[in-house]
Parts: sequence; structure tokens; C-alpha cells
Amino acid sequence: MYQYDQTDHTLTRERVTEYRDQVSRRLDGNISEDDFRPLRLKNGLYMQLHAYMLRVGIPYGMMSSDQLRMLAYIGRKYDKGYGHFTTRQNLQYNWPTLEDTPDILENLASVEMNAIQTSGNVNRNVTSDPLAGVAPDELEDPRPYAEIIRQFLTLHPEFSWLPRKFKVAITGAEDDRAAINVHDIGLKLLKNEAGETGFRVLVGGGLGRSPFIGKVIREFLPKDDLIRYIQAILRVYNMEGRRDNMFKARIKILVHELGIEKFASLVEEEFQASEEDVLFLGQAEEDRIKAFFAAPDYADLSDDSPEVIEMSSGNEAFAQWLERNVLAHKQAGYSIVNLSLKPLGGVPGDITSDQMDAVAGLADTFSFGQIRATHRQNLVLADVAKKDLPSLWQELVDLNLATPNLDRISDIICCPGMDYCSLATARSIPIAKRLSERFADLDTLLNIGELRLNISGCINACGHHHVGHIGILGVEKNGEEFYQITLGGSSSEDADIGQIIGPAFSSEDIIDAVEKLVGIYISNREDDERFLDTYRRLGKAVFKEALYDAA
Amino acid sequence: MTLLKNGEIVEDTWRNLADDEDISGEESIIVSLDRWQNEPDKFNGRNGALGIRLESHQKPDAIADDVERFDLIALDFPVLPDGRAFSHGRLLRERYGFKGELRAVGKVIQDQLYFMQRCGFDAVELSEGEDVAKSIAALNAFTVAYQPAADDIIPAYKTRHDA
Amino acid sequence: MKMTLRMVTANRLHDGAVVYLAADDDWTRNVESGLAANTEDADKLMTTAEEAVHNQLIVAPYLIDVEVDVQSSRPVRPIRFREQIRAKGPTIFAPAAE
Repeated sequence: MYQYDQTDHTLTRERVTEYRDQVSRRLDGNISEDDFRPLRLKNGLYMQLHAYMLRVGIPYGMMSSDQLRMLAYIGRKYDKGYGHFTTRQNLQYNWPTLEDTPDILENLASVEMNAIQTSGNVNRNVTSDPLAGVAPDELEDPRPYAEIIRQFLTLHPEFSWLPRKFKVAITGAEDDRAAINVHDIGLKLLKNEAGETGFRVLVGGGLGRSPFIGKVIREFLPKDDLIRYIQAILRVYNMEGRRDNMFKARIKILVHELGIEKFASLVEEEFQASEEDVLFLGQAEEDRIKAFFAAPDYADLSDDSPEVIEMSSGNEAFAQWLERNVLAHKQAGYSIVNLSLKPLGGVPGDITSDQMDAVAGLADTFSFGQIRATHRQNLVLADVAKKDLPSLWQELVDLNLATPNLDRISDIICCPGMDYCSLATARSIPIAKRLSERFADLDTLLNIGELRLNISGCINACGHHHVGHIGILGVEKNGEEFYQITLGGSSSEDADIGQIIGPAFSSEDIIDAVEKLVGIYISNREDDERFLDTYRRLGKAVFKEALYDAA
Repeated sequence: MTLLKNGEIVEDTWRNLADDEDISGEESIIVSLDRWQNEPDKFNGRNGALGIRLESHQKPDAIADDVERFDLIALDFPVLPDGRAFSHGRLLRERYGFKGELRAVGKVIQDQLYFMQRCGFDAVELSEGEDVAKSIAALNAFTVAYQPAADDIIPAYKTRHDA
Repeated sequence: MKMTLRMVTANRLHDGAVVYLAADDDWTRNVESGLAANTEDADKLMTTAEEAVHNQLIVAPYLIDVEVDVQSSRPVRPIRFREQIRAKGPTIFAPAAE
């Protein structure tokens, strides 16, 4: 993974110094809360329901074991011994004090981490495929380009006061595991007919209050034009994006209001007028960054693993975990292991400091010292030798990180909701817990299969409910929590926004409603259809009628 | 109001001219874009220096062909979140070749100064209550940069590979 | 017997803790110790709160409805569910289990 050089260290340290002074000015009253708020947000610090919340940036989800150990240490020393992985591959702490945050940032800087631009009206974490570099369906590793974009947009002097937040995602595989269709800029790595590497560029995707699927602005952008083109998009957005209404200030609204043709022509005009030489990254820098993502020193292993076969035949739990949580790796003899942060009845995405330390150790032992955070709020050990799977599994079971539910109904994406978040209109976590308990046995009994269930506690949609196969949105009606169901969403390359199925359900009824939906699927599915496939085939009316049927 | 130019406190020799005030020949005046566009002839043959002020919604291409006429361009930052003038400043410097004083006015706090400087502003009107000494120091808050801008700083992707 | 009165709540600047304006311009973490007032007097409470903002004690104060026991005159709990959560903490205090 990327390693800081002198420039990266210097920038990060200078940022800590700047922030420390800002906090001190705030505590002394030399800067107002109104002025301080955007400054602290640009260092990841929110004020939430109960306390401040700090969002630590994990660029495209990649962590070294030392970094994860530092995250564990910070959780223990400055917080309540746990953290929360988010849908954008970051980590959140729910209880830091304002005066501790400069020290926390200094601790992070010592392991090449920071919270720069994890919030605020700036470019946020550049997210990517959690299986980058190891997935068999990958065309090219997107991580070097994610790193290039990250640096280019970090403390960019022109784009630090955008109309609103800005999110970029990039993928390099057939299967879109980075949700590029619902980002402000989505990039897909590909080759043109001449075999040259470039990107299909999408703009104006997003979830939140008004979900949009991104539109293609460039079918092929040569890789050498990447930062120059991104600057063009951002300049048009900075100048033209709405400043009068924060709910209409995202780039998706601008693209929608201008139309993609007009928006694209503005960007092309700016792009053509900009200076090519100055904004050319250069092959030397591209190669330098790519070198950090070279494959690790794989051993020459057979793809057959007698250890795995033997363990599978004797141990049903292991066999089930193997089938569900372990994915094929492009290197013979290796596997991709998903660590589930969705234990039965647990809080989705939460992890204790003890677990973090343990996972760091497992990464050192089994996966070249690296861990990835995924957009579904799980972790991945990406390079595990097959022969090590039995031992690793045993360790994960002891840590309660082996729940065999990857991409299944209890692998729930869930925002913090009204238990933590000042924006929320309903709680989301208790729904996730109850669902996970309801389906603990049912999932296997019915063999429900792949079902992406996403829960948001308000219309800001941080739980990505719009793109869940089943989406649940918490709303408030007469002081009570109600839950509205959407169906048929998808964040993959077949991206779609879910359809509202009908009137919202009470907290009491929502779990039964979900079980009923699953039942409709089970009784109607054909062959290997997933829930999403059956829904698409049959349509909303069939599901709606059966769901609200009084019988 | 404290005016900083090139990192030093200087006296302000300019005056904002109201839209209904007469245009004299000798003073250093800053006029609005409306005035400039509505009464172009009034500015010929003056001895005094001429400045123009753009609001944040007024794009600099409106004066792209005229930048040589101005000794000063003031760009307004009406509220902290409104960052349009960062782009406008860069365009004036890098694309339209403005060489005179580029001044940030409006809401200007210590924490934006480094970015303003990078975007081509060589003068800032510090908002009330800003610590002047700290503001001057803030112009050097960062000593490295990842991207090019209107200043001379060479981005890291180039400096890393200097022979 | 219960009645509804108003109370000021905010977050403490230095650590973000939820606090309620109590007697003597003090701030308490316990809603039951907060100062409940009727609507006419609520403005005075907000003025006190604004001063505390000015003195770097708290941020973003606002008024909430609280249920007050008529006999004891003690605040019992906030009316709005969201405020009840703020008063008592997350309803699920369970980091990923061991």
C-alpha cells in the first residue's frame, strides 16, 4: 500500500499544527462556533447527539496492521473502546472530546493517517473496490489512481469551499463493488480499442434526499488526462453549483438542472482551456505510486488445499463460512476472506479495540499485514493462503468475526441512526439487531441467498437504503418511529434506485414485513434467482399486493 | 479593517466608489461591475488608478478582455462557505493574465489566507477580530503542495521527480 | 399528575456532553436536575444560554419540552423521543460483542 514520503508527512503534520491552533482559538473564544464549524468539519469532527464524532479517513479502505493497531489504541485511550466502520470505508469514533482531537490527529499522523477532508464541503474519501488487486475479474488495479486523486484533491486551494460535499469512487473490475453509479464522480478503469488505459467517467450520481444514477460524461478519458479533467469538473461545479439552498447544492442537482450535454460541454470547454503540461501527472509519478500496490510476495502454492477439504468435510460451520465468506483470489492457492462485522444481534460495522488489535495480528500472520474496510461495513483480509483458512477461521470464531453472512440478509448496511446522529428521524440499529436475530436461523433454513438489506435512519440516506435490494428508511410520524420499505435497488453495475413499496410500517411490524417479503421471494423464485432477480422479474405490484394483503 | 499586501500590513489607498457617486480623475477608486459595464466611457483618460469589484456570483470572464485596464480587482467572499472567488481569482491570474493587485474582501479569516494566496490573491482585507500576526503567519501554514495553482509552488508530483 | 414545561439543552463545548441549564446559571448533565420553566420565562433561559455560548461553555442551545411531575415539581423526562435518547444515551450501548 501507499507509503508516505517527506511531502506527505510534512503536509499531514502541518495540518495537525494548523488544527491544534484552531481548537485552541475556539476554546479561548477567539473564533466563533460559526466560523470554527467548517474548519473542524474539514478535519472530520462533527457534533452529534451525545458528543463529538471524529471520522478518520481510510483512503480507499486500505490499512496496514500498524494503522489498525493505532485505531485500536485511539479507541481505548480517547473513546469508549470501540469504533464504527462506515459505508465510505472510513472509521468513526463516537465520543472524543474537542480538546483531545489534536492529539488524536497527531497519533494518526504518526502512522500515516489523518482526518483531512473526511467531512465538510470538500472532496471526501476516495473510495474503491475492497477487492482491488486481488479479484479475479479485475481489469486493472484502481488503487493507484485512487491515491493520485486523493493527493490531487487534498488541500486543493481552489476547492476547499465547494457548494457541498463531493465524493469520488473508482473501480477496475467488471463487477462494480465501489458503487460508482451513485457518486459525484464515478470512474471505471478500462482500455480503449487501441489498448490504451483510461476511464469511463460518470458524474452526478448520489443518494441522499434526491437519489440519482450517475450519467456518462466521457466514455473514454485517457489516464494521462485524469487530474486535469477532474479539475475541470470541480471548477465548473465550484462556479456553477447552487449556493442559495444547501439541499440543492450537490453536483447531481447541477447536472440534472443543466442536462448532461450542457454540463459536459462546460467541462470540456474548461478542460480544453486548462494547461496540459502543468496538470500532467507524469509517468514517473504514476509508476512511483503504482509500485506501492505491487502484488505481495506470494508463495508458490497449489490451488488444491487438502487442509481445507478435510476441515470442510468434518466441520459444517467451517464449510458454511468457507462457502459464504471466502472468495476466489486471482493467485493460485490464495483466498479473499471477509470478516463479518455483523454478528447476530450486533451493531453493524462496530468493532472493539480488542478486536481491532486481534485483527491486526491476524493480518500480520495471515495476510501480509494489510486489512481492507468495505463499503458494506465489513473487513477483508485479501491475501490468505488457502492452507491457512482453517486456523484463521478458528481465530475469527473466537473473536466473533466469523458470522457466515457476506452479502446475505443479515449482512446489513446500517447508519448510526437516532441512537447517535443528530440528523436522524428514527433509530436504525435496533431494527438491524432485530432483523439479524429474526433471520439467524431462517437464512439457512430457507437458503435466502444474496440479499442486500440497507437501513437509513433519515432521508440523508447514509445507510444507502436507495440501493438496497430491500431498503428501509426510518421516518417520524406523530412522534413515533415508522419504517418505509423500498425494493429493487442496486449499487452494482446494474445500478438502480429502489421503489417505495407502500405505506410505512411501525417499529413493531417492520420485522414481520421483511419476513413476509422474503416469503414472497421464496415461494416465487425460479432456479438460482436472488431476491433482486425475482423482484425484477415479477415487479413491484406482485410484491406490494402480497405484502399488504391482510391475510 | 487591516489590509495585508504580500504578507505585510499596508495602508489602504483605495476607495470603494458607490454606484451613484461621480467618477473623479485623481483618486484610486474601486467600481462595481455594473458601473464598469454601464458607463465604459467614463473611465477613459483618468489619472487615478482604477479598480473593479466582483461579487461572488459575477464571473470573471465578464472582464477577461479588460484586465489590463485595472490596477486592482477585488473579489468578494460574502460568507465563509461561498468559495467561488477562489476559482475566479485563479482564472484572472492564470487565464486572463491579470497582473495588478488581486484583493480578497468580505469575510476573510486567518484560515483561508494560505489558499487565497495560492489562488492568486496578493492582498486581503482581514475581517474584524482576526489576529493580524497570526494571519501573517498563516500565509505559510503549509510548505508543500499536491497540486499547482496560481502561485509558483511546484506540485509534489513534479518535485518528486526533479533530476 | 404531569405537566409540560420548557427547558434549555445544549452540548458542552470542550467535550460535547449533553447538558441542561439548571439553577444558578449552572449546567447539569442530568435532565432531572434541569430548570423547567413555562413558555413566558423560557426566553430568559435562552438569554442565559446565549451568554454561556459567549463564554465558551456550550454550543447550540435550544428549548425542549419536558414532562414535570406536578407534586414534586421535578422534571421527569423530555417529551420528544429524540431528546429522551439525548438524555439517557444510545438505546443500544453494545459495541461488537466479544
